[in-house]
Amino acid sequence: MEWLFYIAAAVALTATIRVITHLHAVHALLYFVVSVLALALIFYLLGAAFAAALEVIVYAGAIMVLFVFVVMLLNQGPLTVEQERRWLSPGIWIGPSALALVLLGEVFVIIAGGGLGSADPVPIRPKEVSISLYGPYVIAVELASLLLLPGLIGAYHLGRRRAKERG
Amino acid sequence: MVTVHALILAVAMFSLGLVGLLVRRNVIYMLLSIEIMLNSASLAFIAAGARWGQADGQVMYLMILTLAAAEVSVALGIVLQLSYRFRTLDADAFSEMRG
Repeated sequence: MEWLFYIAAAVALTATIRVITHLHAVHALLYFVVSVLALALIFYLLGAAFAAALEVIVYAGAIMVLFVFVVMLLNQGPLTVEQERRWLSPGIWIGPSALALVLLGEVFVIIAGGGLGSADPVPIRPKEVSISLYGPYVIAVELASLLLLPGLIGAYHLGRRRAKERG
Repeated sequence: MVTVHALILAVAMFSLGLVGLLVRRNVIYMLLSIEIMLNSASLAFIAAGARWGQADGQVMYLMILTLAAAEVSVALGIVLQLSYRFRTLDADAFSEMRG
């Protein structure tokens, strides 16, 4: 099933090129979501099903929603209504939708074929990842918690100062 | 063979992210380019892990995911602050430090 990988790679590259060349932030975000979905499919084809699920849930789900929130927060001018009318014209959705449909077709092919073939890389199951994560890499988990706490405090601090200034 | 081509794809996506970071002057796009580069790094880790059949690549992927989540939450807070103070998102306008 190597051709699935090449199609997904082409979709990922196309979407990434559109991300860095697009002028509207929301459209660039749409293309970036498609690029992340293509990468998730590639992760699955490389035998990392758990990483693929995390890529869809955390990257395309959580991080991109943060981006969309900020882009929407930043556009609070008198021109916003006109701008959003332009953004919501139906033609914009064609590009990302076509790329996403290609990925959906690949997923259907994989489901119809009953999973990965024998020629593909050996799948690494979540059990092995977990044993490795909480065995030799347990210090990295502690470091990740050390990273997340300053991230939480920093985001809270940066969001809070503005509320104080306004009030 | 697929893993080698996945590494080539990771290199191509990293270069695209780097070009985007250098070319674009809008802070949102610069953040998106950084996300692209983080994504391609995680693809390189997963491909290497699949090549050797070890779980270490996916462990490093989880670390990159954590890093990206923490980085995005702080960076987007900074972007909001910049937009409220300078009324623009142009990276060249934030030059008060004369760096």
